Amino acid sequence: MKWYQSLARWTLLAAVGLLGVGYLANGLSGDGRSTQPPPIPKGTTASETADWMEVVRDVDAEFETTWTRESLSTAPAADWQTVSRRVSLALIGSSISLEDMRWLESLPEGTQVDALTERLLADHRFADYWAERLGRAYVGADEGPFIVYRRRRFITWLSQQLHDQVPYSQIVRQLITAKGIWTENPQVNFLTVTLDTTEKGRVDPVRLAARTSRAFLGMRIDCLECHDDFLGNVNLGTTSEPLEGTQRDFHHLAAFYSTAANSIQGIRDDGEAYEYQFLYEDETEEVEPIVPFLPELLTTDPAADDLPTRQQLAHWVTHPENIPAARAAVNRVWALMFGKPLSDPVDDIPLHGPFPAGLDRLAHDFAEHDWDLRRLIRIISHLQTFQLDSRCDFEVTSEHEQAWAVYPLIRLRPEQVASSIIQSCRLATLDRQSALLVQLQAFGEKNDFINRYGDTGEDEFGQDAITITQRLLAMNGKLVNERTGENPFMNASSQIAMFATDDAHAVEITYLSILNRRPTDEESAAWIRQSEQGVSRRQFVEDLYWILINSSEFSWNH
Amino acid sequence: MNIDCGSHAHLSRRSLLQSAGALSMTALANQLARGSEQSSKPVRPKSIIILWLKGAPSQYETFDPHAGTKYGGEVAAIDTTARDVQISEFLPQTAEQMHRVALVRSVTSKEGDHQRAFYNIQTGWRPDPTVVHPSIGSIVCHELPGGADIPRHISILPDNSAGRGGYLGAKYDAFKVYDPANKVPDIRPYVGEKRFQRRVDGLMDVVESNFRKGRLRDLDRDRTLHGIATKSALTMMDSDQLAAFEVDKESKALRSQFGETAFGRGCLAAARLIEVGVRCVEVGLSGWDTHADNHNGQRTQCEILDPAYATLLQVLADRDLLDSTLVVCGGEFGRTPKINPVGGRDHWPHGFSIALAGCGLRQGIVHGATSPDPKLDNKEKDLLTNVADPVTVQDIHATILKALEVRFERELITPIGRPLKLSEGTPIESILS
Repeated sequence: MKWYQSLARWTLLAAVGLLGVGYLANGLSGDGRSTQPPPIPKGTTASETADWMEVVRDVDAEFETTWTRESLSTAPAADWQTVSRRVSLALIGSSISLEDMRWLESLPEGTQVDALTERLLADHRFADYWAERLGRAYVGADEGPFIVYRRRRFITWLSQQLHDQVPYSQIVRQLITAKGIWTENPQVNFLTVTLDTTEKGRVDPVRLAARTSRAFLGMRIDCLECHDDFLGNVNLGTTSEPLEGTQRDFHHLAAFYSTAANSIQGIRDDGEAYEYQFLYEDETEEVEPIVPFLPELLTTDPAADDLPTRQQLAHWVTHPENIPAARAAVNRVWALMFGKPLSDPVDDIPLHGPFPAGLDRLAHDFAEHDWDLRRLIRIISHLQTFQLDSRCDFEVTSEHEQAWAVYPLIRLRPEQVASSIIQSCRLATLDRQSALLVQLQAFGEKNDFINRYGDTGEDEFGQDAITITQRLLAMNGKLVNERTGENPFMNASSQIAMFATDDAHAVEITYLSILNRRPTDEESAAWIRQSEQGVSRRQFVEDLYWILINSSEFSWNH
Repeated sequence: MNIDCGSHAHLSRRSLLQSAGALSMTALANQLARGSEQSSKPVRPKSIIILWLKGAPSQYETFDPHAGTKYGGEVAAIDTTARDVQISEFLPQTAEQMHRVALVRSVTSKEGDHQRAFYNIQTGWRPDPTVVHPSIGSIVCHELPGGADIPRHISILPDNSAGRGGYLGAKYDAFKVYDPANKVPDIRPYVGEKRFQRRVDGLMDVVESNFRKGRLRDLDRDRTLHGIATKSALTMMDSDQLAAFEVDKESKALRSQFGETAFGRGCLAAARLIEVGVRCVEVGLSGWDTHADNHNGQRTQCEILDPAYATLLQVLADRDLLDSTLVVCGGEFGRTPKINPVGGRDHWPHGFSIALAGCGLRQGIVHGATSPDPKLDNKEKDLLTNVADPVTVQDIHATILKALEVRFERELITPIGRPLKLSEGTPIESILS
């Protein structure tokens, strides 16, 4: 290479470097965004907002009544930064980037939470994240049977449905009635995940009945697979006339799936009847498909009568008057928003209550509005319970948390921890607009981290204590070290160290990037004192990154 | 089999304990040394090592050869140190240790899919969407408290399959480590000691104290356990017991007897970890799923398994650990009698082998048998007629727990209030002394 070619190359590299430096320095300043913010999608019309705000008022009133009755004080309203972090963790499973914090700060006071909610609801990250979360309820977290099950395709399909705003009821109907090949019709994986290599190509009606009852009906009736309910846990009658669940109830539900068989064309219906040998019986017998409650929703609907069995079940589950099914959906959405369900456990809601404040009102509204997930999310994000602070000036007890009188402290799930670490170590937002290599790197880092941290599997809302492995991983793990170490091209900590105007500015930006809030005066003063002890700016910021990522505040939703 | 210089005394427990200081082999070792001065045989807590052969080994090419039969394949059977017990020629060193082994050749299962079957063999329960069952190691750690500063449930070479605490809680999850040739992951800070301490001080004094204000009383103890877990992690980072992972502290001769493989090093580390008080060590060996070219595939895997397994049994015996340590070796199911058109064997949960040794089990015996001329009708009940004295995966679990002196029939209440036994199986009395 000639000397002038070499010079030209170095000049070009220097120009690109300077451009990058300018970009980063601009991104750190609080005066504006480093890039133009994406437009905020138009969420709802004023009349729609007025309509659902009525539900917000009703639910808030129910909670107020509960708090008054139980003589519980309530926490004050949380600041917008805290609520925004909750929205971000709920909708995309990650904390907010510095870039977006700057954008939110530039918006008029009082509009930030709504703006962020609308923006994230329109973002593919929301669809991707919720597809994975809902997918765990529908098909579990495991890879399932080889060849006949394609979990990734199923999740991608579900993500597209959510992004396209397909009503939740329609998604459920597609799952229950799916036919065809698992690659061409990914929804069919809801059924093929139950194919057992030793069962000669039929779906497993028992496993599908258990899935259906838990995921769509919010009922744990699995115990009825083997025996009648003798513990009084399952009432399938009415409040005035209780009816204990029986083994037959479970298998009548399973019978809806008995027609589904696997063939070279994938899943199809061959009309095979369901047979089962009940406890204490000597022979197997044919079991007809019967729904476990509200049979009138099928029997009084002439259209439903002529449908094949799986269509009948789908029709019944998503019937606008099947409020238990709507309650199940609302309870899961609530759990994804807060990190814990309104009625705990998430998939075991008593058929006739008593229900926690708000559940029935939200369920009726959900069913009446075509099972519109986004409407439900908007309502929940506007509830007083969602916007309360998690700390108070009175002594907080578990009773306050149980009654949602303070925002509950909930441990972040592994994917939330991983995504938040990766996002907080970059200044720009990581989304589908990011460079492909950056997305791929983040994807790989996230998977590696979760693998070591421990995936919660299907148990999305368990509240296990933090483990030593997890603490070691956060303190000494590769991800935190690589993302907080010296790397001026990739790492926020290096960029902050280079471009922050002074130590106080560095502390402020670091707090915004990681905890999505500004430091208190006390915290600021403590860190400035440390920075004055002869440590380099780079080391100081790296250490602060490590400290904040390892804090309870980072690892918990609050 | 002789170890090192050929003298058993060379690696006797006493000589090992005398060198415990040099090996940094912990307070427990020292306690044992003191104990040995007071009584001839101190009582050690029970522990378990599980060698998970993932992908499902062929019973024909490992512990249950049917040489010369229609389905036996090309493998020859060799005599072992157990009377009238032959195993595959691929396991010559293991053959020398079979006098220590209780071999079950009649295990049956209802799971033919790897993932579901592995869950089944690991927990003793078939997968159930309503509950995550704890693995053997988690149960052992839950039922047999006490032990080490380092995690008491460790999975070496876990390959996404480390034992989970299930309904007992994530604190019983296995601590995952990989090839012991490398350092234990995440155990050493990336920064110097002084700087790390400064970070920890900043975390505890500034951030954590601020977070506690205005929240639940005893937030850390009653809810987050964040500080408590951090302190436990710091204790582990400082523990001498971590030296147990450092297999290069052992002689080169011993290391080479285990085999210069990750699995061999894992087995050596397992012995060292049990010695310092770890309750359960799982060591994983993948690569047994031989749907094509079964003969060579199984031989290759046996070449890794054989020296490691045989030496592990020998070393545990030499170090006086085999009486208190149960060594389980097996996969999630077996492989078909029929060899398929590409020379492979497919999945076969209807009669396969699990080898158990130690912890007071009878030695050099075999329970059950598979037919040399099985009827391969597809009906499950017909398939079971090919197996003499069949036992289930649950029975294996009940046997393991009983050998470890855990009340296998004990009922625990799961977090959703459902009572569940630790195992629903029946112990195999013929191999329990």
